[in-house]
Amino acid sequence: MTLQRTPLYDWHAAHGGQLIDFGGWELPVKYSGIIEEHLAVRRAAGLFDISHMGEVWVSGPAAARFLNGVLTNDLARLDVGMAQYTILCNTQGGTVDDLYAYRIGEETFFLIINAARIDADMAWLESQLDQFADRRQVSLKNLSGEYAALALQGPATAGFVDSLLPGQGLIAGLKPSALRKNGVEAYAVGTDKVFVARTGYTGEDGFEFVSPATHIADIWEAALRAGQSSGIKPCGLGARDTLRLESCYPLYGHELDEQTSPIEAGLGAFVKCEKGPFVGAAPLAAQKAGGLQRKSVAFQLTGKAPPPRMGCELFIPGESQLLANVSSGTMSPTLGAGIGLACLPLAQAHAGQPLELIVRQTRYPALVVPKPFYRRPTP
Amino acid sequence: MSTQIPAELLYAPTHEWLRNAAGVATVGITDHAQHELTDIVFVELPKVGRVLAAGESCAVVESVKSASDIYCPAAGEVVEVNPSLAENPALVNNDPYGAGWFFKMRLAAGAASSLLDAAGYSKAIGSGSKA
Repeated sequence: MTLQRTPLYDWHAAHGGQLIDFGGWELPVKYSGIIEEHLAVRRAAGLFDISHMGEVWVSGPAAARFLNGVLTNDLARLDVGMAQYTILCNTQGGTVDDLYAYRIGEETFFLIINAARIDADMAWLESQLDQFADRRQVSLKNLSGEYAALALQGPATAGFVDSLLPGQGLIAGLKPSALRKNGVEAYAVGTDKVFVARTGYTGEDGFEFVSPATHIADIWEAALRAGQSSGIKPCGLGARDTLRLESCYPLYGHELDEQTSPIEAGLGAFVKCEKGPFVGAAPLAAQKAGGLQRKSVAFQLTGKAPPPRMGCELFIPGESQLLANVSSGTMSPTLGAGIGLACLPLAQAHAGQPLELIVRQTRYPALVVPKPFYRRPTP
Repeated sequence: MSTQIPAELLYAPTHEWLRNAAGVATVGITDHAQHELTDIVFVELPKVGRVLAAGESCAVVESVKSASDIYCPAAGEVVEVNPSLAENPALVNNDPYGAGWFFKMRLAAGAASSLLDAAGYSKAIGSGSKA
């Protein structure tokens, strides 16, 4: 299979990006080094190519009603000019995808979805739309091939983000730095619109740019120039993974899949069972009401140990019966310790529970700890 | 970026180096290898007394992202391992031919004869740098 390339591929190749196959996309795992890039984001600024992510445009008089019937968060509470983290579930309450919904206008939404789930999401949304009574009042368009995206992340980014795009925002007249957390604006570039959301996947302040593919390289270069004096670094998928793991953000295919509900993944805050009917509401409400069998927890290695990896086995200390497999793991650059996530039976899914991790036949002691591993300092 | 390939060492095409001193050899991984791996966070070493064949998997290096096997460059018996790597695995990144050594082994007779010299290794990795 030929790997897909983003509009920034040539830039990555020319600037020392170590390119890997990530779900069919040829993307940089790192440039200078994962730890160096990770720390740049925690301390100053980092820039990520996230053009592989999918974009779905949903509009029309019944768009809000349709989406609120297929997404778990409450879209009725989403104001124009705001973004909302939300989950697309199947009828069993399993996760089809986790995504951000931007409300661009009263009747206009932009869904930012996972690259590996574009086909699955479109098939599911289209099948749900077929069953929706007012389907003629909803337009659903997959724009993933026409849009590219980048993430500008880190505590220094608000200081220079306004110089990347000219003019006032088209939604509320705001500059990017004036956006609230989860705020969204649109900016005119030629005859196109570039969307900027104060969102991210790193646990730091930051901005995500979603743009027609033709403009993304200009924005990328402008961000590197504007952030140069702050020490901005281009960052690969390696740092993206360590940053999101320290913040305990789930990754589809690791913490989430069609057999795992957002409640089990610890995302109950984004499931609003009281909002009215939506796909998966009944099983999700039952899980919230006490029917939960297992839950995703954070664990940390307590001594010198290799980093946990996806699939590694976890045990109760001294016991031989498998408790769970690691869903994500790494060496935390911030803590200098092995960290991971795993979905444990409810009886063990609490902070303080001792565990053992097996790597190459050796058992290493670990402990369930409170989420997240890292929270950014409050200014 | 040019990579360091000291002239006095012997090399395996799998990126290990060997320094032979009167039949006891010190083994580590090359500057090229540590640079490719970056961010080494854990090293698993063989036990003292283990008898290794040339090309046998004998250690594991873990970077943030992945685990990589290290292959023994020559046949022999492990006589000492570097105790500092448990506490400070980044020594492999910072000083791959010095403080970042992996283990010492008593070589079997003629064990190092098929290894590459610096020029041969440089050619093997397509490096333009001088030995």
